[in-house]
Amino acid sequence: MSDTTTDPGRATAPAPDARAPAIELKGISKAFGPVQANKDIAIRVMPGTIHGIIGENGAGKSTLMSILYGFYKADKGEIFINGHKTEIPDSQAAIRAGIGMVFQHFKLVENFTVLENVVLGAEEGALLRPSLAKARKLLTQLAKEYELNVDPDALIEDIGVGMQQRVEILKALYRQADILILDEPTGVLTPAEADHLFRILDNLKAEGKTIILITHKLREIMDVTDTVSVMRRGEMTATVKTAETSPEELAELMVGRKVLLRVDKKPANPGEVVLEVMNLNVTDDAGVHRLKDVSLTVRAGEILGIAGVAGNGQSELLDVLGGIDHGTGTVELNGEAIDLSGKQSDGKSRRDRGIAHVPEDRQRRGLIMDFSAWENIAFGYHDDAMYQKNVWLMDNAALKAETEAKMGRFDVRPPDPKLSAKNFSGGNQQKIVLAREIERNPDLLLIGQPTRGVDIGAIEFIHQQIVALRDQGKAILLVSVELDEIMSLSDRIAVMFDGRIMGERLPSETDEKKLGLLMAGVTEGTGGV
Amino acid sequence: MDKMPRWADVFLTPLISLILAFFVSGLVVLYIGENPIEALSILIEGAVGSAYAWGYTLFYATNFIFTGLAVSVAFHARMFNIGGEGQAAMGGLGVALVCLMIPWPHWILALPVAVIFGALFGAAWAAIPAYLQAKRGSHIVITTIMFNFIAAALLVYLVVEVLKAPGQMSPETAAFQEGSNLPKIADFLRTLGLACEGRPLERVCRAPLNIAFIVALVCCWLVWLLIWRTRLGYEIRSFGHSEEAAVYAGISPVKITMIAMLISGGLAGLMAVNAVMGEAERLVLDTVQGAGFIGIAVALMGRSHPVGVFLAALLFGALVQGGAELEFEIPAITRDMIVVIQALVILFTGALDNMVRMPLERMFLARRKVG
Repeated sequence: MSDTTTDPGRATAPAPDARAPAIELKGISKAFGPVQANKDIAIRVMPGTIHGIIGENGAGKSTLMSILYGFYKADKGEIFINGHKTEIPDSQAAIRAGIGMVFQHFKLVENFTVLENVVLGAEEGALLRPSLAKARKLLTQLAKEYELNVDPDALIEDIGVGMQQRVEILKALYRQADILILDEPTGVLTPAEADHLFRILDNLKAEGKTIILITHKLREIMDVTDTVSVMRRGEMTATVKTAETSPEELAELMVGRKVLLRVDKKPANPGEVVLEVMNLNVTDDAGVHRLKDVSLTVRAGEILGIAGVAGNGQSELLDVLGGIDHGTGTVELNGEAIDLSGKQSDGKSRRDRGIAHVPEDRQRRGLIMDFSAWENIAFGYHDDAMYQKNVWLMDNAALKAETEAKMGRFDVRPPDPKLSAKNFSGGNQQKIVLAREIERNPDLLLIGQPTRGVDIGAIEFIHQQIVALRDQGKAILLVSVELDEIMSLSDRIAVMFDGRIMGERLPSETDEKKLGLLMAGVTEGTGGV
Repeated sequence: MDKMPRWADVFLTPLISLILAFFVSGLVVLYIGENPIEALSILIEGAVGSAYAWGYTLFYATNFIFTGLAVSVAFHARMFNIGGEGQAAMGGLGVALVCLMIPWPHWILALPVAVIFGALFGAAWAAIPAYLQAKRGSHIVITTIMFNFIAAALLVYLVVEVLKAPGQMSPETAAFQEGSNLPKIADFLRTLGLACEGRPLERVCRAPLNIAFIVALVCCWLVWLLIWRTRLGYEIRSFGHSEEAAVYAGISPVKITMIAMLISGGLAGLMAVNAVMGEAERLVLDTVQGAGFIGIAVALMGRSHPVGVFLAALLFGALVQGGAELEFEIPAITRDMIVVIQALVILFTGALDNMVRMPLERMFLARRKVG
């Protein structure tokens, strides 16, 4: 396929536009120790376009953008902004060159107002008042021009993530950015909020701003970008016009082989009720009511997907079921009650009852990053008799042997039991966790964000494993903020908003738009669910 | 892999740090007008140059092994136990009580009981800070250091008001009975058929090195087993790396905090078997003499591994002994100067560890890339 060759000119050359590209990178290389994060990257982004950069985790997208924003210095290569060769030693220089960055994790002061955050770092003079007044005027103007409406006097901690993201964009515009880089901007947004964001981006584009959108979501690339560059293993494998490509082709360019984007699964064959949750309530240490009268059931042989924007109680649901948090209410496993707040409410007791838990944050919970793979393979099950050599000592040899076997079955690469967990890629880390939890043959699997930070190739494998476990007649409770994942894996979908279950839907009878409304707390009709 | 070879990590880095420390110490010696080469040779000669020197160096090293292991075990659970000083002092109280109250027929009976009581008293002294940390989140650094002062004050009271032998002027208990005295290096030589007569043997026989050294070596091995071979050690390390992950796995933070600190305090308390029972053979004030704090440096330098702790303890033992000789041989180099040299070693090997490690790591990685 001719598209796989790096040809930065190809996408933009036919354009009648004679202007210099807003951004042109030539031969950018950057190595971290032995790892070549960026290898001879060339890219041209024309002004007034939305350019997507897509690639798996670790493909080098973030490194490239960090170089552009002055966080890293490239080992080799040149940067041209609007045709002028530009050195970007730090982010101040990037801002002066008209580059604005909206990070995946917002950099806002929670207890400042919107206005104060916008001005922060760009104050003029010793007194704040003139800057604030100027910013207020500009904000009103920007709100009108781009649908960027935000209450300038609201505190950051009081507004939603969608609004916070707008503040980040406003910050960049206030600093007169002409080139806006957005790093995975939709990760925390509802579909409706994402749509709004894309409208804003379209408006900005219409005003002549240049936008670089970094994402791993093929659908977004297809929807909003004009051109798209694909990165793989530090190299730019292709730059194509979005209109001339397809998601399948992009996925193949990202991974380097054909990828099945849809999950291949037979209809579910639900059996007995395995998990029955009735009026579950959780209040956190700060006294905030996180789960409100949650009731749900999961049957053997089915996957119940929990959809929702991050932070609406899904994490707390997993935590209380997994024995990490305490709660009140009734939870039954195979008809027998589970202790929610007493002595039997810890992770070990849950595992003894046949509940396996793949946590949302595998790097902070699911694995000890400094432990080797074989030390992680029994984590949580280390009390099991099969891992003990005698009363005193653990059987390290058995652990290593088991790790090696599991690594083979779950295709963990590299298959080295002695390697520290932190040295595996996200996908392989997740496979280690899955190998540990699935192969214990649990009655119920709790699984949170199974493919967050996992490359496309591994996503396919992980989804197959989840479906295979279902087909063995196990109950699976799936939590994911990726609506695509929920739609394709689940046999039933429950939507959470503000700690409540807003409703349950069958994937065949709903679509992203309807689910999106529920995720935003809007119930159909008048009376709620 | 993004690491340098193990030998460079474990040996080369501390060695370079040590050389740097001695170099700066040499500058200080030069500054006060003495010959640094001569000072260094006296220091080394005095620490390891004779059997007599070894007898002292190993004795001090024994103290530091116990306190170093104590700090290491707490480190593995990511706790900074700087209460080794107080825990060792209380261990001394436990050992002294055992030796004073019971008329021991033979040391072989006295030793295990003293070991148990030393460890128990040390652990008990660590228990309160541990409980406050586990249940109430009171920071262990603050509480353990406060408990050092409480231990010191308590000991002064007990030794001066309660345990002091009648008619005795100095603040110390009566000497322990013969039956509780541990065999020293002299006894060992005698059993080998060597009488303590004539030089150099006569001098060796005055060294305080005693059977507690063996106890310390056994403790090294036991700690290694505990940390890397048992379920408890696995849980301690898990907790130390990530409390959140430990909770996910069903490991109780309260339980691990308590157990790790009790073991840590117990190990610190064991130091008294060497210092109180082995050497002084009575309880005097200030038996610990900063060994609790040196244990922190030992654990840092030894990277919390028993083998590393042993080697680092040996180094600090040599510094103390060699320093004493240096102080004696060159009057211009005072006691305070010795402390400065020790401090420089701690500074370079402990606190400034990364200063050497980072460039070294880069060097190795660069070489690998080329190779």
